[in-house]
Parts: sequence; C-alpha cells; structure tokens
Amino acid sequence: MGKTIIKTDLIDDNNSFMGTVKSAVKSFGLPRLIISLFLLLMFILAPFVGANFFTQLSNTLNRFSWNAVLVLAMVPMIHSGCGLNFGLPLGIIAGLLGATLSIELGFTGATTFWMAILLATPFAVLFGTLYGFLLNKIKGGEMMIATYVGFSAVSLMCMMWLLLPYHSPNMVWGYAGTGLRTTISLDGYFNQALSGFLRINIGHLSIPTGALLFFGILALGIWAFLHTKTGTAMTAVGSNAKFARACGVNIDRVRALSVIMSTWLGAVGILVYEQGFGFIQLYNAPFNMALPAVSAILIGGATVNKASITNVIIGTFLFQGIVTMTPTVINSMIHMDMSEVIRVIVSNGMIIYALTRKSEVSK
Amino acid sequence: MAESPLLEFKNVSKSFYGNNVLNGISFTLNHGEILGLVGENGAGKSTLMRILFGMNVIKETGGYEGEILVDGNLVKFDNPSEALKAGIGMVHQEFSLIPGFTAVENIVLNREPQRKSIISEVFGPRLNTLDRKKMDEISQKSIGTLGVNINKDMLISNMPVGHKQFTEIARELTKKNIKILILDEPTAVLTEKEADTLLKSIKEMAKRGISVIFITHRLQEILSVCDKVLVMRDGVIVRETPADKTTVREITKWMVGREISGISAENNESKIQNKKEIKKIMSVQNLWVDMPGETVRDVTLDIFEGEILGIGGLAGQGKLGIPNGIMGLYEAGGKVFLNEKEISLNNPRLCLDSRLAFVSEDRRGVGLLLDESLEWNITFPAMQIQNKYLKMLLGGFIKWRDEEAIKEVTEKYIKELSIKCTGSQQKAKELSGGNQQKVCLAKAFALEPKVLFVSEPTRGIDVGAKKLVLDALKKFNKESGVTVIMISSELEELRAVCDRIAIVSGGKISGVLPAYTDSEEFGHLMVSNVV
Ligand SMILES: Nc1ncnc2c1ncn2[C@@H]1O[C@H](COP(=O)(O)OP(=O)(O)OP(=O)(O)O)[C@@H](O)[C@H]1O
Ligand SMILES: [Mg+2]
Repeated sequence: MGKTIIKTDLIDDNNSFMGTVKSAVKSFGLPRLIISLFLLLMFILAPFVGANFFTQLSNTLNRFSWNAVLVLAMVPMIHSGCGLNFGLPLGIIAGLLGATLSIELGFTGATTFWMAILLATPFAVLFGTLYGFLLNKIKGGEMMIATYVGFSAVSLMCMMWLLLPYHSPNMVWGYAGTGLRTTISLDGYFNQALSGFLRINIGHLSIPTGALLFFGILALGIWAFLHTKTGTAMTAVGSNAKFARACGVNIDRVRALSVIMSTWLGAVGILVYEQGFGFIQLYNAPFNMALPAVSAILIGGATVNKASITNVIIGTFLFQGIVTMTPTVINSMIHMDMSEVIRVIVSNGMIIYALTRKSEVSK
Repeated sequence: MAESPLLEFKNVSKSFYGNNVLNGISFTLNHGEILGLVGENGAGKSTLMRILFGMNVIKETGGYEGEILVDGNLVKFDNPSEALKAGIGMVHQEFSLIPGFTAVENIVLNREPQRKSIISEVFGPRLNTLDRKKMDEISQKSIGTLGVNINKDMLISNMPVGHKQFTEIARELTKKNIKILILDEPTAVLTEKEADTLLKSIKEMAKRGISVIFITHRLQEILSVCDKVLVMRDGVIVRETPADKTTVREITKWMVGREISGISAENNESKIQNKKEIKKIMSVQNLWVDMPGETVRDVTLDIFEGEILGIGGLAGQGKLGIPNGIMGLYEAGGKVFLNEKEISLNNPRLCLDSRLAFVSEDRRGVGLLLDESLEWNITFPAMQIQNKYLKMLLGGFIKWRDEEAIKEVTEKYIKELSIKCTGSQQKAKELSGGNQQKVCLAKAFALEPKVLFVSEPTRGIDVGAKKLVLDALKKFNKESGVTVIMISSELEELRAVCDRIAIVSGGKISGVLPAYTDSEEFGHLMVSNVV
C-alpha cells in the first residue's frame, strides 16, 4: 500500500514539472517562440554580415514606435467581439483629414501634430459611430463587412483628396493648384514631433523616447479602461453577448463605443506613424496599413476575441523586428540590393501566416 | 477461454495542469450491459467519458495515462470521429448540436440518406442530393421511439433545453453501428415522466446488445435500469456493485463518504396560511411569451411576498417561458406588476433595476462567461446593475474594478456553495457541470434580489450538493426575505422546498396548490390541457 502511494507521488512531481514546462510553452505559444528565436538569430547574425547591431536595434525600435498605436487600435473591437478591425483605413482617413486640415489651417512645427489629433477626433467619432451602427446590424459577419467598409472608404477618399478645396502650396499639386499630392513632406510641420522628443543617442543606438512614451500613455489608457465598469462590460460582450444582455448591458452601445475607440486610435496611430516616417501618404496608402496591424496583433498571441496590451507589444516588436532585420541581414549576405523585394516578401509572408493562424484559435 | 469484455479500462489516470482528477480507474463493460456511473460534482465522471470518446480537450491538456481496450484491442482515440467509427456514441452533458440546423438535420448529420442524380453519377457521390423525405422519416421514427413531441423542423437555437436533450438522444439512436452509448446526465432537464420514457428506451437498446454507460444524479434511475453501478469519489472508483444489491442510501453514502439526510420533506406549513396579512409582491396578468418550444399563452398568477413559489409542468408546456418572458429574454406581452407598479416587458435592464434576478436554465448560453474567471462570472451582474465591487475614483467619474472585493465575495460563495475549483481565478469552462450550476446561483445571490426566479436550480447537481443548494435557497428566502420562484421539472424537489406550486399545462396555469398536496393531484393538473 505504502509503496503505491510513494509511486503516485513521484508521478505527480514528474507530471507537474512537465506540466509547468508545457504550459509555459503553451502560454507563450510555439509559433511565437519560433519567430522570437528567428529574430534573435537575425540580431546575432547582423554583426557578422557587417550590419551594426545597435543600428539594427534602433531601426527596430523606431519602426515599433511608428506602428504600435495602429496595432493598439485593434484592441477595443476585439474585446467587444467585433473581431479584427479590417476597417482600420476608416480611422486612418480620419487621421489624414486631421493632418491635412492642421497644415491647411496654417499651423507649423510640432503644434501641427497636436492640432491634427484634435481635428481628427470629430471625424473619428463620426466615422466610428456610423461604422459601429453598421456593424451592429450585421452581428456575426463583422470582419467581412469591415473589409468592405475599409475598401469603399479609401476609394471614396481617393476622389475627395482631389476635390476638397485645399490650398496650402505645400500640399497641393504645383501645376494645377488644386488637389492634394500623393505624398506630402512633413518637414517644418510634425516630422519627428514625438520621436525627436527626449531622443536618446548613444553611439549607434538611438531611442525615440517621445514616441515610445506616447504609445505607453495610450496603452496605459486602454489598460485602465479595461479595468473600469464599462471596460469590463466590453470584455463580457465579446466573451458572451447573450450573458451580457441578460445582465442588463446594452450590447449595441458597448459595441459602438468599441468601434469609436478603435477608429480614434487608428486616426492617432497614423499620425504617430507619419511623424516618424516624415511624410503624409494619401490616396491608396491607407490600404497598406490594416493587414500589418492585424498580423502583428495575431502574432502577438491575440485571438479573435481576446487581446491584451502585452499581445500588442510583443506582436508589434516581433513583426516589425522581422520586417526590418531580415532584409538587412539577407541583403548583406548576398551582396545585392534586394532589400525592398525581401521586405515585401517577408511582410506578406508574415501576414499570410498570421491570418491562417486566426482560424486555429477562433471558437 | 472467456470472451473478452466489450470495453475495459485499465488504470486510467488524468490530470489537468498538475491537478489530478482521475486516478487509476479500472472497470469492464460487457455486451448489452447497462453501467451506471455516479459520483459527486467534480468526481470526474464526464472527464472519464471524454477520454473514452476521444474529445479534444483531453489531448489539448496533455492526454491521459493507462489503457483502454475495446473488444480486447488497445485503442486510443485522437478525436470523436475515430471513436464513432469504433461504435461509440455519446450524449454530452452540455449539448453538442449545431444551433443553426433543424432537429432533423442534426439527427442525421453526416449520415444523411442521399439520392443519386445524373450529376452525381458523373461527378461522384459528393454531389448526391439529400433525400429529405427519408431524413424526415428517420428522424420522426427516432423521435417517436422517445415518445416526445418535438417539432423536427425547428432550429436547435430556438429550442428549449429539454427538446435539445431529446434531439441529441435521438441522434445517437439513429446510429446503426453503435456498440457503446454514453449518456452524460441525459435526464437532468427532464420531468420524471419523460425520464421514464427515456429509461425504457435505454433498456430496449440494451436488449438489442448495445452497452450503455449512464451518468445521472437521480440515483433511483440508476437502480431501475442499470445492471452494475460504479461509484466514483474524487477521481477514484470507490465501489463497484450489482445494481440489484444496493440502495439509494448506500450509494449516497459511498459517494460522499458520509450519511446524508434526504432533502427535508418537513412540511413547511405553508407560510401563506400562517401569516395574517399577506402582501402581493408580484402580479402577472394575461402573460404571453413567444419562447419557441415553451410558448406561454395566457398566464395569470399572483405571487406573495416572502414565499417560495414552485412552477412545475411537463417539458414544452410553457413553464420555462414564464421567467424568460418576465425577464425580457423572449418577446412577451400582457401585464406584470411589481408592488402594484407595472414593469414594462421586453427590457431586461428594467427588470434587473427593479431588483428581479433570474438564473437561466440555459447555463452555457446565457448563464456563464465560459472563457472568464469565476470572479467575473459571479460579480459581473451585480457590478453592472448595482455598481457593486467598484471603486469610485474622481468623484465617481471613473468606476474602477475593485479586485479585492471581487475576490472576497467570490471566495465567500465558493465556500458557501462548496464550489469545487482550483481557485477564484479558474475559468468557468473548466468546472464540472454541477459546479457551473452553482456559479450561476452564486451570481444571482450576489445581486441580492427582491424576487428571484430560478430555472432548474439543481440541474446536474449531486445529491449532497442538492441539499446544499436547496437549503441555500431556503435560507436566502428566510433570512433576506427574498421571494423565490422556482421552476423545476422535478415535482418532488418542488414539494420539498416550496410553499405553493403552480402547474403549467398548455401555456396556461392549470392550478395552484399548496405544496403538501398529494403528488397525484399535481399529476392530473400537468396533463389537464396539454397541447
Ligand atoms: N478543461 C479542464 N481544465 C481544467 N480542469 C478541468 C477541465 N475539465 C474538468 N476539469 C476538472 O476536473 C474535475 C472533474 O470534472 P468532471 O467534469 O469530470 O466532473 P463530473 O463528475 O462530470 O461532475 P458533474 O456531476 O458536476 O458533471 C473537476 O474538478 C473539474 O474542475
Ligand atoms: Mg459531468
């Protein structure tokens, strides 16, 4: 009798040890582990192929700071069960309107950035409200509709950018005098408005403190929001809408609120991106922003109805890290300038991988 | 040489993240044998059956140890379809039907009778058309053998729980090659009568050579149909015995390891009669509710302050429609007064604000946030409706979750209702069925309502815990003066707890009698105007 007891104890120990290892791997996720190891390998290889480690790290941090807010914009809608925000271009358009208006109104320097956020806000709220109303009509098919909404909004704005009565000579086509250019330089406006703030330069390492700080504040805001009564209701709606309804939560209102929040974050996100990148890109450009953001959050470990700030940070870092590092390293290895091609291949590869993963985790 | 048994478990163990829930389970099952499996909530019954059926949760959580033999051959099913191929069928404790399909479609799913057409002759059987008529026939027949009246063309998502249960059983019955049928608490939502029909068909199956593993908390059922009883406690088999050599009392003792007095059938000398002045707290007039499968046609009913009112009746007659309608979960009409004030229907929020609360019979659908912690499940309604468990910051502008208060109250209910879990942070989906039910009750208690509707409160709860839950309801009623309206398919349970019992039949109240009235009279009322 005694013997058997001891035996089970041993098995127990064994089990729980293996259990901890397994659950640690599981909670971090095997695919993420592989991607992280790959990224690490790139960082290790970099010095050997002649790329400075710190320059590479700075590049990655920089791209992280441009993109993180756009990825954060996924969180509210995921929480309320509206799925992945393929309609991100809508928020981006609000941001672009804010940026162009701010310049048109004659602001200069870093002020344009803050004015752009201010001016983008009413558009984001308006678009978000309409978009939320639409999504509430078609519960269950959100992601497909979101994609359509993104497409139509971008197409419509392609016309509007030409037609709207903008006059600022820095933005309109020189020869015609009307219609906005495809790319508008932000020199003299909000180029590096955040990234330049408190920037730390040590040798080759350069940290865009301001932009990281700004993301930190927004992320903290979302984290805090999810700890409030309304935030709790939002998570519950995403988790089980019937349950939330039976508890007296107005599902449609909570969902609409999440869409407005996501849209506004999208607007702010593109402004943060532009201040780092140095240019405003109009017309078809918003198309290219949604998929990387969606992929990043999925790689970060979010599922269709669960996402945390950690998912955002890890995901953005891994995605942007791979996208910046791989081309540099491979390029230096083959001594041929193919970085742009490789970048496109890698980033689209990541997107495809992330989207196939999505179905795996959905309920 | 003796014939090998149909099914044999050898030393099977299972743990979830280091938490051992099954330890060295060994037993055998012969051809045509009915095996009863009993044990307290969380003893590991469903887990054991999930292992046999190859459910994904088992694999995802690290598989199991030990051996399972079917017909003397070692098997290890990686997924349910392999188990099905080997002739094992399972009716789950929680339904596994496809909500968007009709009863017929669910019953013959993947085994649809097909018709060849010219196209399919050319392009292969994948383009065969469905033989709808045959599908209907098969389903009708199998529903017929169960002796119930289910609309076979109704969508599962519109069905009341009782009908879902029958549909699921009907599905298993139509499978031709089935050798072993697992029934995990199939009778939990059925009235005695319906359960009897089911038990009869189980016996018939056994006669045809099908072996059945039958899990239930109604021990009497075990004694009446089973050949052999396995009693489990905390993941081990504590007793194996022929069913005709034991009693309910003995089984109970083995299950919980101590004597348990039955639910006190002490007659609660109706409070209504004792009290001089009785106050009407709620008055329902000409209520109709459009709840599919549980239609309420015309219900008029007075409810007195501080009483426990039972509502009974056969499945599908409308007893479940009453609370669902009043609480605004299904479209309803008519008038409902609370303390002489009319409350508008079809608005869950208003009901909740007027301190009504409801424990739904549909615990997976409406009752739980399966992916969230117990803390969230128990405190969410009270937080949203009454601003409890919140810290008001900046003068109430920010309502911050008070994690400490949440933990405290959750732990209180875990203790009070002895919910078996690894802690207040465990996810609701990881609890056993009976313990999930307790979470639903705790959630309603946390609301501290004035009027509490509970639908099938003891569904899937073991004998020991049943007493606990019913006593908790009684205590809640006595100490906080809460008016309780309890809807149950078990008449005996209603008689033990309630002051008065209303019987619903054909969507109308066919009578309201004091609880101590003879069961027979209630029986008559139940069938008085069945539709
Ligand atoms: N997916 C899971 N993850 C973690 N623990 C689990 C999981 N599923 C079940 N458990 C635990 O295993 C134990 C046994 O659960 P099981 O569902 O087998 O009980 P049961 O005997 O069927 O009880 P009931 O009568 O309430 O249905 C419980 O303590 C439960 O919390
Ligand atoms: Mg169970």
